Order: sequence, then structure tokens, then C-alpha cells
Amino acid sequence: MNRTASDLKIVVIDYQSGNLRSVAKALEVVGAAPVVTEDATELDSADAVILPGVGSGPAAMQALEKRGLIDPLKGYVASGRPFLGVCLGLQLLLERTEEGDAPCLGIVPGPVRRLPAGLKVPHMGWNSVEFQGSHPVFQGIPPGSHFYFVHSYYADPAERGGVVGATSYGIPFCSVYARDNLAATQFHPEKSGTVGLQIYRNFLDFARSQNSAATTAAPE
Amino acid sequence: MLTKRIIPCLDVDAGRVVKGTSFVNLRDAGDPAELAAFYDREGGDELVFLDITASADSRDTMIDVVQRVSEQVFIPLTVGGGIRTIEDVRRMLNAGADKVSVNTAAINNPAIIGNGAAQFGSQCIVVAIDAKRVVPEAAGPAAESSRIDEIDESLALDPGSRWEVYTRGGRTPTGIDAVKWAALAVERGAGEILLTSMDADGQLAGYDLELTAAISGAVPVPVIASGGAGQLEHLYDALATGQADAVLAASIFHYGAYRIAEAKEYLNQRGVPVRPPPDDWAG
Repeated sequence: MNRTASDLKIVVIDYQSGNLRSVAKALEVVGAAPVVTEDATELDSADAVILPGVGSGPAAMQALEKRGLIDPLKGYVASGRPFLGVCLGLQLLLERTEEGDAPCLGIVPGPVRRLPAGLKVPHMGWNSVEFQGSHPVFQGIPPGSHFYFVHSYYADPAERGGVVGATSYGIPFCSVYARDNLAATQFHPEKSGTVGLQIYRNFLDFARSQNSAATTAAPE
Repeated sequence: MLTKRIIPCLDVDAGRVVKGTSFVNLRDAGDPAELAAFYDREGGDELVFLDITASADSRDTMIDVVQRVSEQVFIPLTVGGGIRTIEDVRRMLNAGADKVSVNTAAINNPAIIGNGAAQFGSQCIVVAIDAKRVVPEAAGPAAESSRIDEIDESLALDPGSRWEVYTRGGRTPTGIDAVKWAALAVERGAGEILLTSMDADGQLAGYDLELTAAISGAVPVPVIASGGAGQLEHLYDALATGQADAVLAASIFHYGAYRIAEAKEYLNQRGVPVRPPPDDWAG
């Protein structure tokens, strides 16, 4: 059975991260009816999960831990269902962050590093992304498109095959990570105008296609 | 490459934009959401909404404005004017603002910067500074520095000071040196400085480039230059000579002298990196 985006259960993880509302609004504009929740049990029945985030990495990890979300999130990603991380939601996928030398979720091998000294930090504003790989969530996004960034640390995945997009600020860094069911951006698609909304639209399409593939394989 | 930002500023009074664009046919030129959508389509990189009434009643109205705008426009929104407490900050962010700008409250109660940054991240705490050139003969003890006892002595104007901080919408001199204040505000957690030259504001004769360069050189966070833009060259000057990271502009766009796309094309031709307008986003 084909399901529309609004039939899919799209979960936005609520851990008081700050940009929840704009992420939820962006999803609504592209046709989803997101469930914004801190309830880990909601992940069991989710068709797609979005982990937003601004602010401090260690504080975010504590907030996830306090809500009992760390193992459920790892379990969700391991289940192969679509996942989108935004900003801190990308960094948290890695193993450790230099921010307070704290552990992260450890889903993607590699560290989170501080942007190099000598530049204004945070890296704030619109910067371009050069796509060097493809993934359905970033399909049709023109190379060199500009997105809105606000961050002081960046993900440095050990396995470079997942680095689908790179951006330059003093150094080139991974601004888009995507591999299988995982997609994550260092920038804020929900603050990047038309081209940003396209990423949410693509993510919903991706979730829908994964969902119908799954239901075809194992009928309900 | 990180681009320089062009930020239209909209003055809001009782929920209506009172200094908005007058050169396009909008159904309702006073509607904040409609104007925000217009400037988004035009290629504005962020939007600033300034509550010019700044009363307790108008704050509730602003929250409603921010909610409506953030449901329709997906670029960063900053709200300023009348933000006095951490609770005001929280409500604006929850309503959908990405950043809040604090001015008088930051001087009267500097803890709002540090507490705001600690709770919500420094990226959402913009400290707005209204600065005015010090007239040499008027400097010194004659300046009515009523606030200086309550703040830090190290911020006081000295014989080398060139710009003084004013609060309450430019009505109250503080006896505080603008460059010193900018540095302290950032130390306390400000993620960005919104710098307005009171001398240049409204004159359409260009930004105060010396002020802009002095503050840009003194702080490690982005500086938004404000006050004085009348021609495209002024935007260039603030970004190149003034080393600002962004320019705030009102009249130059509102009254139809230029479109944002024209400004961006001009800057691009002069070698300033800018984000192409949305209808040309692959360019």
C-alpha cells in the first residue's frame, strides 16, 4: 500500500534543543505531520526520525541520556529506518567531541573537532556545499548551493565514503554525511530557504520509498 | 566560501510593519509575514524584526508576529526591542526566533548575556550596540555617566575613546566606551554584535566605517553593521573597509532605491562573496 507523507510516522526528537519548532514547521510545509516527542518508546513505531540540535554537544548528550534516548536512538539507526541529523544532530552521531572532551553516540566512527583558530567562531552564515557523492536525500540539490550554518565544531568521519558534501571555512570539513539510512547535515536546512526545504521533501520521499519497500517485503 | 550577509530590518509597531517596502504590490504591505516572505524571495539572508514600541503589551504582539513569520519563512529570524529578561529570551526563541537582540537590558543587566548564552547557546544572543562619536571637548567628567557605577569601571570612556554607548533607543548616554563594551559582551557570551552608528543612522551617507572596523577588529564573533546605507557602494564599504560580516539595511530597500538582487550582483562584481538570490541559487 502506498502511504502519503502525512501517513508516515515522522518523529522529531525533543530534548529541548532549541530549533525544534522550525524543524517541525519545515516538515509541515512539505507535507508531513511530525510527532515531536521525548518519549523513547515512540521510536519503536517510527517510520523516520529526525534529531535536531543547536548549542553544546556535551549538554545535548546529557539531555538525551536523561530522557533515556541514547540506546533507543542507536537501536533505531541500526534497524535501518531513515534518520536525519541536523547540525548538532550530525555531530552527535560520531564517537567523541573535542567540545568538553565528551562521548557522543558512536554510530559513525571518527571525532568531532573544533574549527581552526584564527577565524571568527561560530562559523555563522550562508556557505556553499560541494557534493562529492550522492544519496536520495540530497538528490537534485544543485552543486554549490548555499546553506545556513551556525557551529563551532565539525564532524570528521574516519570513513570518508560517507562524506557526501564538503564546505570550506578555513579548512574543508564534512557538511553532509549520508550512508544507507543515515543522512545528516552540519547546516540548518530548515533555515536555508527553498533549497533547504527541498532536503526535507527529499527526506520524506526517501522515508516513503523505504517504507513501501519494507511493507512490500514483509506485508502487514 | 562563507558569504557576507544582507539583512533587511523591519520595524514593527503593534504587530504591523511600519517601515516596510513601498515599491512592490503586496496585498498588505504592513503584514510582517507577507513582507518576510517577500524579502526571502528577494534573497535577504536573514531578517531582523525590531519592536519599536517595546512595551510589555507589544512583546506579546511580537511573539504572535514571530510565530506567524516562522511558520512561513525559513531563513534566520532575529527579534529585538524590549527584550529585558531571560524569560523574554525564552519566549521569543520558543515562538520561532533564531536569535534575540539585547541592547539596553545588556547594559543594565549584563548577566542576561551570560545566562542567555549558557541556556540557549551564544549563537542566539546578539548584543546590539548603539554608538555615537565622542565629541572631544564634551568628553571627560562632564558626560553624564549615570550607569558607570553599576557596570565595570574598565568600560568607562577614557581620553582615547572615540565612541560612546547609548541605550534606550539612543536617548541615554552611558559613559561606556563602545569598543570596550563590545569586547566584554563577547567575553560574556554574545555570539554576534549588531552595531549601529547613531551619527550615520538615517543619513543615507554611508556606514561609520571607522567604528565598524574598530569593533570588527576587537571581537572574534561576526559583526553586523547598521546605520547609514543609502547606496550600494555603502554596503561594499562596510563589508570591505569596515570588515563587517553582514550589513543591516532598511531604507535602501524599503523605499525602493535598490532590490536585494541588485545589491548582491553589485557586491559580487566587486569581489565580495554573497549568496545568489533564490531564483538563481545554482549560480
